Amino acid sequence: MQKLLLLGDEAIAQAALDAGMSGMYAYPGTPSTEIMEYIQASPRAAAEGVRREWSSNEKTAMEAALGMSYAGKRAMVAMKHVGLNVAADAFINSAVTGVNGGLVVVAADDPSMHSSQNEQDSRFYGRFAMVPVLEPRNQQEAYDMIFDAFNLSEKYKLPVLIRITTRLAHSRAAVERRDARTQNSSSLPSDPRQFVLLPAIARKQYRALTGLYEKLRTDPVLSGYNRFAKSDNKKTGIITCGIAYNYLLENLEQHHDDFPVLSLAAYPVNSDAIAELVESCDRVLVLEEGYPLIEEQLRGLLDRDVKVAGRLDATVPRDGELNPAIVAAAMGMKKDSGKEVPAVVRQRPPSFCKGCGHADVFSALAEVMKGYGPRRVFSDIGCYTLGALPPFNMVNSCVDMGASVTMAVGAADAGLFPAVAFIGDSTFTHSGMTGLLDAVIKDSPITVIISDNSTTGMTGGQQSQATGRIESICLGLGVNPDHLRMIIPLRKNHEENMAVISEELNHHGLSVIIAMRECIQTASRNKKAAAAKKSQTV
Amino acid sequence: MKCDVILAGVGGQGILSIAATIGLAAVERGLFLKQSEVHGMSQRGGDVQSHLRISDSEIHSDLIPHGGADLIISVEPMEALRYLPWLAPEGWVITNSVPYINIPDYPDIAELKAALEDNGNTVVLDADSIARELGSPRSGNMVILGAASSFIPMPFEILEHAVQQLFSRKGEEVVDLNIQALRAGREAAGRE
Repeated sequence: MQKLLLLGDEAIAQAALDAGMSGMYAYPGTPSTEIMEYIQASPRAAAEGVRREWSSNEKTAMEAALGMSYAGKRAMVAMKHVGLNVAADAFINSAVTGVNGGLVVVAADDPSMHSSQNEQDSRFYGRFAMVPVLEPRNQQEAYDMIFDAFNLSEKYKLPVLIRITTRLAHSRAAVERRDARTQNSSSLPSDPRQFVLLPAIARKQYRALTGLYEKLRTDPVLSGYNRFAKSDNKKTGIITCGIAYNYLLENLEQHHDDFPVLSLAAYPVNSDAIAELVESCDRVLVLEEGYPLIEEQLRGLLDRDVKVAGRLDATVPRDGELNPAIVAAAMGMKKDSGKEVPAVVRQRPPSFCKGCGHADVFSALAEVMKGYGPRRVFSDIGCYTLGALPPFNMVNSCVDMGASVTMAVGAADAGLFPAVAFIGDSTFTHSGMTGLLDAVIKDSPITVIISDNSTTGMTGGQQSQATGRIESICLGLGVNPDHLRMIIPLRKNHEENMAVISEELNHHGLSVIIAMRECIQTASRNKKAAAAKKSQTV
Repeated sequence: MKCDVILAGVGGQGILSIAATIGLAAVERGLFLKQSEVHGMSQRGGDVQSHLRISDSEIHSDLIPHGGADLIISVEPMEALRYLPWLAPEGWVITNSVPYINIPDYPDIAELKAALEDNGNTVVLDADSIARELGSPRSGNMVILGAASSFIPMPFEILEHAVQQLFSRKGEEVVDLNIQALRAGREAAGRE
């Protein structure tokens, strides 16, 4: 079969297309974004009419995917780990409703927080919801697991969670394709009340789910992904989860049978597999890319039956992603590192692009805020969070999507005046609108600046649901038109923009300032694309 | 055979086209390949790196172990030094000499030069000037790749072919300029 050089994300996307997926749902978020982007760029997805538009947020994506599953078709939804918090209500309950067409949920975790606010481990969500979790070790397995995930989903009528991490999502390797399967035809659930979680129905289905979850432990497909390799070594046995296995093999080189190794990639785990390893050696080292999920279960509350080493006893650092050096140290192997970084090397943090509109908004805001004292700007998730760094040092909060508006509301409730919320356009339609409605109803004395660059910039310029709609959304929510102001963040408008910001900061009620100028990255890309199109037609 | 390469630069400098070229060449040679990239926040003018591993046997880790890289290929001189902990004792550094200054405390250029010289096994060249002289100022990446080519265990023609594949979509002129840049870099490094 054809071999392709694919990122982990792309392998998942290609597999979903090959496994007969009819709809892909997602909101951009590093490191998951490239899954949807691959499907959007796929000529086959276009030819076969695969649904592939961005959703407003992860919750709407999850729910729409569940709806497609209801109608009998295979659907996939992808998000970064914290996106699963947003989608959690729908996700947890989708395990209780169950599915009709296969439903696969991909959560891309970001240990070490390369582009995130935390490093939560989505495997916990799988256990919480009581659904199967697959954690591929490499790109090929990511591809293959998607086929199994759809099949398992339809076999058990459960959503299946695929958990990947940054290193797999954003690393390329050769992937061999399988024969493509056709899409499901439409079909309605056989039980008309399956998706109706009224308490009487939900109680019954939830009880069935708890029983089903135990049954999953002995499913041959799931267990087949958890591989045990014996060894004569009776001292230390090793359990790896997901890509931790690769770092182990990297260190063992040719000596793969130096330790008994249980390599896990599917959950819930069959306890027989764990028992076989534990009983064959004196001590167990657990290597997990993420939280100590297996390690905690192995230790139990009393932590005295099995001698365990891992993240909880500092054999492995408690936080951060693994790498070959960390795994070598955990195994007591001495590996020589290269030279130290010379002192001449400086930190180079990310920064606003030259000519960015967000920076012009911050320039104006910074100057106006000088008159009011520091620490009153609540911000959000996006490129503009970089306003927290020099030269602006303006951003005093970055918590979760949409929190700028609602945290400003709460701070104003406590008497902080003026309080500013600074949010981007895509984040506003993701989760800022409902908070703004709260502010409208109470006429909270806050100034909300929506810095509208007409794209989802931080993740690489995906379409923003907000484009062309922000003013009408604000008016529709009931923002007073007298305090809904528009500015264009350009240096030549600096004085004028300062005056608008100053006026609205002094207003003892809700103000919204929409600062609109297209992201310079997408603007230059669009310009290039237009030029290329023009030269083709000439 | 194995060759582990750290590609280094600043977000937006386009180190991934170097990675893509070596990747295409490796595929053509039927080699195993793993290449991890940085996407997301750091792409906004921060330091970025890519771990590129090619081998004639299966590759396990997506990340190169510390002290294991055969090469650091960098399009920016300070960024070349950031990854020395990954370089093997006998490994080589091939870097552009032109600094990308987007931070207020960028080091003194003379100090930076001295640190590169201290490293030994280092090739420093002004890829920007070489590319400009060829009339293709944006081909500095390919000049650097050319300079590194004699350290990559693959015939040079394979890399040339990969450049052709990579840029074919952009027309013959762009392909030619990039191949010229690749050759000029190899010549400038003077290590054939």
